[in-house]
Amino acid sequence: MPNSKIGGHYSQAYDEELQQAVVRLLQMAALAQQQLDDAMAAFIGADTELAQQVKDFDRKVNNFEVDISEHCLDILARRQPAASDLRLVLSVLKAINDVERIGDLAKRIAKALLKEEQGNRPQQSQLDEIAVMGQKVRLMLQRALAAFEQIDAENALAVLREDKAIDDDYARIMQHNLSMMMNDARQIAISLQISNVAKALERVGDHARNICEHTIFLSKGRNVAHLSDAELQQVVDKKRD
Amino acid sequence: MSNSAPVKISAKDVKVFYGDNEALHGISMDVYQNEVISFIGPSGCGKSTFLRCMNRMNDTIEHCRVTGSITLDGRDIHEPSLDVVQLRAQVGMVFQKPNPFPKSIYENIAYGPKLHGLAERKADLDDIVESSLRRAGLWNEVKDRLDQPGTGLSGGQQQRLCIARSIAVSPEVILMDEPCSALDPIATSIIEELIDELKQNFTIVIVTHNMQQAARVSDRTAFFHLGNLIEIGNTNDLFTNPQQKRTEDYITGRYG
Repeated sequence: MPNSKIGGHYSQAYDEELQQAVVRLLQMAALAQQQLDDAMAAFIGADTELAQQVKDFDRKVNNFEVDISEHCLDILARRQPAASDLRLVLSVLKAINDVERIGDLAKRIAKALLKEEQGNRPQQSQLDEIAVMGQKVRLMLQRALAAFEQIDAENALAVLREDKAIDDDYARIMQHNLSMMMNDARQIAISLQISNVAKALERVGDHARNICEHTIFLSKGRNVAHLSDAELQQVVDKKRD
Repeated sequence: MSNSAPVKISAKDVKVFYGDNEALHGISMDVYQNEVISFIGPSGCGKSTFLRCMNRMNDTIEHCRVTGSITLDGRDIHEPSLDVVQLRAQVGMVFQKPNPFPKSIYENIAYGPKLHGLAERKADLDDIVESSLRRAGLWNEVKDRLDQPGTGLSGGQQQRLCIARSIAVSPEVILMDEPCSALDPIATSIIEELIDELKQNFTIVIVTHNMQQAARVSDRTAFFHLGNLIEIGNTNDLFTNPQQKRTEDYITGRYG
């Protein structure tokens, strides 16, 4: 996958070290995505065995985080990276934080199933709704990571904007849950679990959004964490002289 | 910081020729008072040549011709009535290799003030020697052996002696041409710390091959390439988000 934007140093070893930082981040992200898929499949299909596995595998994601941050620390200490290289290392360090949190959220979804009382399942309409949101989040995350891999600020901005739709999904699910709980007190426990899962998915969307912001920072050299949509567009449109 | 500070040195379309060979292709920049500005760039890019324009050191090189204008506090430094010796007292210089005179530590510092008539009495001269050595952070190390040869000091001490020597004539600007390249990391840190203190009173222009040094010590950094000024900006911006690809390639160690 060598990215030509990363390579080109006089030192090939340095090229390789920077590439490795990104490669390992993507491996870590692939694992976190798998965790998220498994967690959702477990929750929808009431597969407690799979949910237990998600819970157990979270440690693997965490190990990646430690390994990659050490790798980045080595680069900082030994290479004193500057400009885009420095931004790359910082962006990877920030992105692993987001990915690690996504792993935690997958675990939280798995736990939501494990905490369910025996035989008390959400209604099919609730499951369908959460499954659709899950797909959306999963796709956004995948596209956020692809934009990062390509260091593509324009795509990153497009993906970042998808977060709005996910926030809308979350608000709608919460509303449905609320009316269900008000209609039938026996629904409260299970609806709270659905809410927990929806909240976790919404948070995954936020982390995907963060990854998009890291990509824009990496590509454009501006921290865009708290900018308005119009300002974001301006940063992304700005070309180097 | 720099934009509000007064302009100390202003260069406009400065070209330097060695014989027929144009080595600098029209450099324009302002240096602000009390800033530290670094010049970086590969060997032969013209950064030292441009530095030497600022106190007319290129005059000493045969076949070397400088065009364009350079002003110090608004005054053209190429004006015929200007005293070059006086200019070089105002715009002092520290070189790559420490070059103390083969004289005592005291004489190394006292020479300039005597030449420029800055001290009437021996006591005044003693004061200048002490204060210069103090400001260069060398006083405590040499105060008991001022009569010993300057050449007997360590490399880092010799370089601080040279800085003290340039301070002794009350310059306004100090030009430093790779002042640490012959020094070990500790001596380098001491000089860098010194630069940070000196900028309270002086304007400092430093040429360095060590980009981390430029990043550490300077407020602004200018990148030269093949006789052109490619980019000049706040050091933070230049090292985290340079605007020119050639700057990026150079500071990240890429072939352009």
